[in-house]
Amino acid sequence: MSVRRVMGTEIEYGIAVTGQPSANPMVSSSQVVNAYASATVRARRARWDFEEESPLRDARGYDVSRQVADPSQLTDEDLGLANVILTNGARLYVDHAHPEYATPEVTTPLDAVLWEKAGEQVMLDAARRAAVMPGGAPIVLYKNNTDGKGASYGAHENYLMRRSTPFSEIVRHLTPFFVSRQVVCGAGRVGRGQDGREDGFQVSQRADFFEVEVGLETTLKRPIINTRDEPHADPDKYRRLHVIIGDANMSEVSTFLKVGTTSLVLAMIEDGFLGRELMVSGPVASLRAVSHDPSLQHLLTLADGRRLTAVQLQMEYLDLARKHVEDRLGADADAQTREVLARWESVLDRLDRDPMECAGELDWVAKLKLLEQYRDRDGLAWDDAKLALIDLQYADLRPEKGLYHRMAAAGRIERLLDDAAIERAMHDPPEDTRAYFRGRCLEKFAENVAAASWDSVIFDLPGRDSLQRVPTLDPLRGSRAHVGDLLDRSDTAAALLGELAG
Amino acid sequence: MAQEQKQPRRSSETEEQQQSEETTESSVAERKEALDTEVDDLLDEIDDVLETNAEDFVKSFIQKGGE
Repeated sequence: MSVRRVMGTEIEYGIAVTGQPSANPMVSSSQVVNAYASATVRARRARWDFEEESPLRDARGYDVSRQVADPSQLTDEDLGLANVILTNGARLYVDHAHPEYATPEVTTPLDAVLWEKAGEQVMLDAARRAAVMPGGAPIVLYKNNTDGKGASYGAHENYLMRRSTPFSEIVRHLTPFFVSRQVVCGAGRVGRGQDGREDGFQVSQRADFFEVEVGLETTLKRPIINTRDEPHADPDKYRRLHVIIGDANMSEVSTFLKVGTTSLVLAMIEDGFLGRELMVSGPVASLRAVSHDPSLQHLLTLADGRRLTAVQLQMEYLDLARKHVEDRLGADADAQTREVLARWESVLDRLDRDPMECAGELDWVAKLKLLEQYRDRDGLAWDDAKLALIDLQYADLRPEKGLYHRMAAAGRIERLLDDAAIERAMHDPPEDTRAYFRGRCLEKFAENVAAASWDSVIFDLPGRDSLQRVPTLDPLRGSRAHVGDLLDRSDTAAALLGELAG
Repeated sequence: MAQEQKQPRRSSETEEQQQSEETTESSVAERKEALDTEVDDLLDEIDDVLETNAEDFVKSFIQKGGE
């Protein structure tokens, strides 16, 4: 019972071409990814290997036939869009009309923050490189989730879970947690309704885009609990929980708590520790009601008739998590588990008292405070375009223009990481998962890697007719402890494969 | 006599009290002023980097759905 587990995040970035509002976003996104690939990926460019991808497999146990699936659900067909694997083990690609970065597999919340932040820098670097390519245009990327006009794009989390955990238990215990966790990890939004037709501020970017409780879709009828079940690992032992309900966070504390608290709740579900019934009535409507009340006073109705605010509901989960950690680990709990519990408690206490006390840590509060200061100074109503601009520009990745960046640089928003570590994570993989093997192979033997994916690296060796596929089905193997020495002493890919085969 | 002795003491206590109240009030005012200046500085800095035509910018920020 700790925050440790195999996990990762995927962020789709908003994209705009300065002065060209009608630019084709697929073309611009490809330019971004290709510019980065050309500049950084040496020798041949490894393809993404789609062999093990099955996005239409459902955690409830059946496959959706391709004939009935919406075309936007087919992510595994190589549409010829840009798609590269980086030496840090991440995947950088174009998904629909957005550039996307999926972190390498990590095992702790702080590493999830680190490699997600590294992804922002990769994107920033990529956009700058695209601007100076022949025919290039100034492209600006935004780490947000909606244009305020009806379109939404995702920030997904992935958690490896035990296959033996009944999916119904995940739905039962995770739904109320997801309805309420936005008070901690919401990114804040100006406008209400999918197309922003109502004026005002809300806690979450994404709440208005969720329409059902459970389902396989991610692009339409979005569900609070997504059932996509592609473990990229031994399917008899593991499922991958694909979480689509989160906001893309700029704040490191927000991401740390989002991933850390979710991991703790999943551990309690796996251990059957959540006896207490916390299901809320009308989860979809409740999700919106919580988001639409930044005073955090909205009362949720629980199945047992109790009425709690979202903060109080989070406190119930916190209380259980504390007991569970104490029960299983006592004083042996690892440092990050203790830090997640301590920060979670501190943030909830202050949100309960006065949400503004969290303006130096949480995205939605930092954004709201800034908006309120502008409203005070300039007498702006909520429909003023300037407030919508502040909302968008908060997520601008450029350090000179992005409002999150300006506030963090001025010490107004707390950081957990230093820039040097983030810079290293743009290039170096995590050392404790198979991402280490993938990343090091790409760094050292780029000219011999024909393709790679989460669960394989495929080599094309000189003098060999057939490709050599090295499966990496166990996410915790291929770590530095397993293959660090081997990679260090192998001068060629052939030598590496020779030893692996021996 | 006793009263005379008491009164000045009382008045000096009151003075001290008044003084300390004044100090508290003025330090609160100072803090508020410092805070206001800080907010003004922040907003001034952000004014400098905000896109110039908010309305046009917001209108032209159009994305396609994703995921």
